[in-house]
Amino acid sequence: MQILEQSIVFEPLPGHASPTWAARVDAQALRAFCAAVHAAERRLVALWGSDERDRDAQLGFALHAAFDLAEGLVCLTLPLSTENPEFPDLSLPFPAAERMQRAVRDTIGARPDAGDQRPWLRHANWPADYYPLRRDTPEVNGSRYAASNEDYAFVRVEGDGVHEIAVGPIHAGIIEPGHFRFSAMGESVLRLEERLGWTHKGIERRFVGMALAEGAKLAGRVSGDTTVAYAWAYSQAAEAISGAMPPPRALWLRALLLERERIANHLGDLGYLGNDVALSFGLMQFMRLREDWIRLNAQVFGHRLLMDRIVPGGVAVDLDAAGAQALLAQGRTIRHEVRKLKAIYDEHAGLQDRFLTTGRVTAQLAKRLGVIGLVGRASAQWWDLRCDHPCAPYDQLAPRISTERNGDVAARVLVRFAEIAEALRLIETIISEMPAGNIRSEVRSSADRRGYGWIEGWRGDVLVALETGHDGKIRRGHCHDPSWQNWPALEHAAIDNIVPDFPLINKSFNLSYSGQDL
Amino acid sequence: MFPMLRQILRTGIVSEAPPAADEDLRVVAQRLSDAVARQLGRALVIRHIDAGSCNGCELEIHALGNPYYNLEALGIKFAASPRHADLLLVTGPVAKNMEVAVKRAYDATPEPKLVVAVGDCGCTGGIFGESYASCGRVANVIPVDVAVPGCPPTPLQLMQGILAAIAPGKADRAAKG
Repeated sequence: MQILEQSIVFEPLPGHASPTWAARVDAQALRAFCAAVHAAERRLVALWGSDERDRDAQLGFALHAAFDLAEGLVCLTLPLSTENPEFPDLSLPFPAAERMQRAVRDTIGARPDAGDQRPWLRHANWPADYYPLRRDTPEVNGSRYAASNEDYAFVRVEGDGVHEIAVGPIHAGIIEPGHFRFSAMGESVLRLEERLGWTHKGIERRFVGMALAEGAKLAGRVSGDTTVAYAWAYSQAAEAISGAMPPPRALWLRALLLERERIANHLGDLGYLGNDVALSFGLMQFMRLREDWIRLNAQVFGHRLLMDRIVPGGVAVDLDAAGAQALLAQGRTIRHEVRKLKAIYDEHAGLQDRFLTTGRVTAQLAKRLGVIGLVGRASAQWWDLRCDHPCAPYDQLAPRISTERNGDVAARVLVRFAEIAEALRLIETIISEMPAGNIRSEVRSSADRRGYGWIEGWRGDVLVALETGHDGKIRRGHCHDPSWQNWPALEHAAIDNIVPDFPLINKSFNLSYSGQDL
Repeated sequence: MFPMLRQILRTGIVSEAPPAADEDLRVVAQRLSDAVARQLGRALVIRHIDAGSCNGCELEIHALGNPYYNLEALGIKFAASPRHADLLLVTGPVAKNMEVAVKRAYDATPEPKLVVAVGDCGCTGGIFGESYASCGRVANVIPVDVAVPGCPPTPLQLMQGILAAIAPGKADRAAKG
């Protein structure tokens, strides 16, 4: 099959939850394909590298790129030479590719032929020629190389009265580590540069050699607040590799868990957004609701954050009639309570004054940067996998996408409120229409296979790409967080805002550090 | 204003009784004297450090501030700087990229420099273990007083661990009968 009128011949990959296509290309075809994807106003999902030298001397290394097209998920593989593993810079059509390319360089040692060449995940704490995802790189422990304080080449802003504010890696609140370098004039932000990678803990290397069943636990800990989405995406990939079909009831239970995760995160964010504009009433009320919500998770599903509930082949826990009643009753209470709190937020002049026009990402900028997920939807970017490529049971639920146009903190708050309402509706439908039956089928690994899993988590779409080796164990596991796409937009959102509004803007994005640091 | 007040009144006080300290979570004997432990117990300042966690533990640490657990009612609060802290609450395997920052935060913390390692990762390195990018458990990088396992530990378990860090030592209690 051909896609976007390009000469590449795509093969459909069997056993995937939504249509998935793959092809091998050369550099020229990859460039042309990216230009066509850009022209068609579609997007790059993820970019990663692999080492194929032990398989095929001619292959050397490989660059993998996944795209979201009308046809489904489209994956291209570009073989790279062993001697000179260089690939075309894709950051012109897809600005978010730049950091992913830097990560490919850090992990595999293949480099883009142009664009930013600074390290991203490597912070001078292991040698520049230690490429963790090369298959002949030896295992070392944490004390093998001395940690050092990296002198990173931040872009300097010069001029009269410009000063720098360095924040992090350890932040002032209870949040993940990252470094923000502000160039400010008085209180106004002229430029923000992010330096991430602090929580890089070698997840992708850790996947290598794991059994297919074992990897789900690791995938569920790429980003703890998105554990359900990652576990589901991982399971989809594992099921595609094994050819296993999860029972229909398991798929409905997965959707139930995913929507509960979405609501739990939105409740927490709405509280913290109130707190960041000094309305601690909002924090206390929403945190109370969130606690009620996750306590019921523990009671019905056995884990507050729903970790390890989704497993390859199905789900680990069923829902009984009493549990279903409890979930429905809670849904009604939460809908009522959130409606009351929304009315208070809507009417609170001080809060709205801080929310409106703050941290704006215009629709035009969002489109140019390729912003996705919740943040994208608040800037009129209509991406939601549940609607665009619905896997079961979303194909029967007709989920409604929630979007706003203003792209400011207020818009991101409104999208969260709308998504809570919609997720509550989905949960009601799921519980009342869920089919009966088994909840788990057997998953046996299969040698030398590739599988992809793709799920709309609460932040945006999560991709898991898996490949097995000759022994059926994981040979390469790549997890992609939507934060890769959205972190660069935060740099733009901060410009011309005052420094004290940055925590509010940052919270309104609420991006993952661990999910992109891997 | 009235809807807000009405909501506050209707909600009432939902705070629950705190759990007792769980002495079993201590990995070294209490270093604080009985008198100091009692003082700190009413005015403990915590600096949280994410040394490389998946953010799961952070969600549960956040929950400590919700009205149910209401940690501040016990006189325990979080500070923005290690210089203001009595206790470091450290999550995650210590990512290699965070090693320098964690050591600096520890150095900046005044005595008694209590350290509570949080979660399976903080206690053992967890699923991430040790590698080029991970130093493993917190105790591999800075001295640890209390280790709270769990993936993630629940807010109650976290409270039991934090309270164990400032509970009078068994030796002290025995000496004073």
